[in-house]
Amino acid sequence: MEMFANSSSISKGMEEVVASDEPHVLAVDDNLVDRKLVEILLKKSSCKVTTAEDGLRALEYLGLAAHQDSLTNSNGSKVNMIITDYCMPGMTGYELLKKIKESSMMKDVPVVIMSSENIPTRINQCMEEGAQIFMLKPLKHSDVERLRCQIMQCRG
Amino acid sequence: MEVGQLQRSFVEYMASLFREISAFAFVFVVILDLSALELMYFAVLIQKGFLDAQFSQLQQLQDDSNPDFVVEVVSLFFEDSERLINDLTMALDQPNVDFKQVDAHVHQLKGSSSSVGAQRVKNCCVPFRNCCEEQNTETCLRCLQQIKQEYLLVKNKLQTLFELEQQIVAAGGAIPMVQ
Repeated sequence: MEMFANSSSISKGMEEVVASDEPHVLAVDDNLVDRKLVEILLKKSSCKVTTAEDGLRALEYLGLAAHQDSLTNSNGSKVNMIITDYCMPGMTGYELLKKIKESSMMKDVPVVIMSSENIPTRINQCMEEGAQIFMLKPLKHSDVERLRCQIMQCRG
Repeated sequence: MEVGQLQRSFVEYMASLFREISAFAFVFVVILDLSALELMYFAVLIQKGFLDAQFSQLQQLQDDSNPDFVVEVVSLFFEDSERLINDLTMALDQPNVDFKQVDAHVHQLKGSSSSVGAQRVKNCCVPFRNCCEEQNTETCLRCLQQIKQEYLLVKNKLQTLFELEQQIVAAGGAIPMVQ
């Protein structure tokens, strides 16, 4: 079973050299439908998207998992933004956020947290830990614009 | 299917739906435009609560670069839901039910139904989670029955909607965008 899915959002007629300028986003969500939805939203914001179905696989992709050392070939340096669901089995989005912020390599990469539940204490907890923004699910068409702004900011 | 035949069967189908709406008085006009038919059908699905505004959000995300987006996402929803319903059935069939596991499955189902706009399915999930908290197998089973029913209904409606869209495209028309 594939742990990660890579997709390129190169539109017709664009060249490879322009495509490499596209921000690379790692999207983490244990829900199949939501992974698809966030993938499309990011593609519409002209991003290259890699999806992971839980926190551990996300950390492995970034080269931050406990069993990995600094010599492990990782993709962390390529990733420009991470968007993650809050409620996931094993490791929550908050725990994933903490691990990312603890890493010297990844701590400056913006992390967006998504949740279906609007719980102020949860939101505050994530923002205090350094999350860039907190988005409510289900994600909508208007969230494309918010993500686009975040991406523009994180590239600048 | 010949257009006239399709129109007749749809008019009959919608007449049966409309008969349930006592609040509206409908004057039936022969619908010549398939796109208008589809819009009406869609409006009925919204009015009856099968779908909510989130479904329109999905339609807005569909464009030339993602022409099959809605069908793709809804197909994933069908796949996911059927798997979850099976898992729920098995989990509730155990001599010692693991209510945490049951709740986790319902949480997933609530998430995906919410993301595609399958309102009635989503609404069934809230009482289900309460029954899990109370650790009551009997009420959980009743909730599961409800979910199965609502899921099959919305699946049927969505498949009909997609079939209608296919007919429109095949007849050379364009699928109307609902804003």
